Amino acid sequence: MIVPYTHVMLLGGVLFLLGMICTLTRRNLIMIILGLEIMLNAAAITFVGAGLHLQQIEGQAIALFILAVAAAEVSVGLALVVCIYRQTGTVDPQCIEGNKCQLKPDQTG
Amino acid sequence: MTIYAVFFYIIAALIIAATGLAITRKHMVHAVLCLVVSFFGTALLFYLLGAPLPAIFQVIIYAGAIMVLFLFIVMMIRIDPEKTHRFPLGHYLAAGGICGAYFVAAVLLTLLSGPRARQPMPAATASPFDFGYYLFDRHWLSIEMISLLLLVALIGTLHLGLGRVGRKQKKGGGQ
Repeated sequence: MIVPYTHVMLLGGVLFLLGMICTLTRRNLIMIILGLEIMLNAAAITFVGAGLHLQQIEGQAIALFILAVAAAEVSVGLALVVCIYRQTGTVDPQCIEGNKCQLKPDQTG
Repeated sequence: MTIYAVFFYIIAALIIAATGLAITRKHMVHAVLCLVVSFFGTALLFYLLGAPLPAIFQVIIYAGAIMVLFLFIVMMIRIDPEKTHRFPLGHYLAAGGICGAYFVAAVLLTLLSGPRARQPMPAATASPFDFGYYLFDRHWLSIEMISLLLLVALIGTLHLGLGRVGRKQKKGGGQ
């Protein structure tokens, strides 16, 4: 006997929340992709837990597909980040759109 | 409370602590290393939940390949962590609103789940043989699509990485 399914769901939910916070509040393209990875990982945990809860092997198969999609997504995403860094010299999303990161004093800090 | 439950709570605390450390680090190398710990914990959790083959793949692909890719990129890109800007406060409030709404919805859905979800789950393990047989029996088309997706990702990455160099060489050859 392991824990109830609700606890696995809560763990997945908290992990997804952490990934969401990372994606929404960091100003760094690499950290944004890292947050996406955390969210995909949380989804995989929930799928494996649901597979055990329903006694189906399907959840593990979906977790494997999530793994493959995450690998493809992160490779293309990081290649884009490297491209952007070569062209603009920054990975800050606000500085990419040609305004050269001229922030007003009240926007910094 | 069985020994499995004790392991589950220890691993869950480890995962959440490592991920929380990862998303708050200023240096990206520290963040990536914290996330490696988190993904190892996830692999242990998969093994505990009766999925040994996804656990192995989690270690090999996530903690091994993807995180090493992140480390390489972080080493390639030179950023001073002290010079990074922050969002203005209004953006943080909006992000907090979205995250808070999501979390309230998640907790409500968990609390409203039926009585069957509150029973402790019976332990079960899918052997790698059964898992592989099921995968190639039911999901062979998805496997092929995944392989095609990885091939497309490889070609796209090569195109993005070599695009400018290739164009320069072509221009140089024309002159």
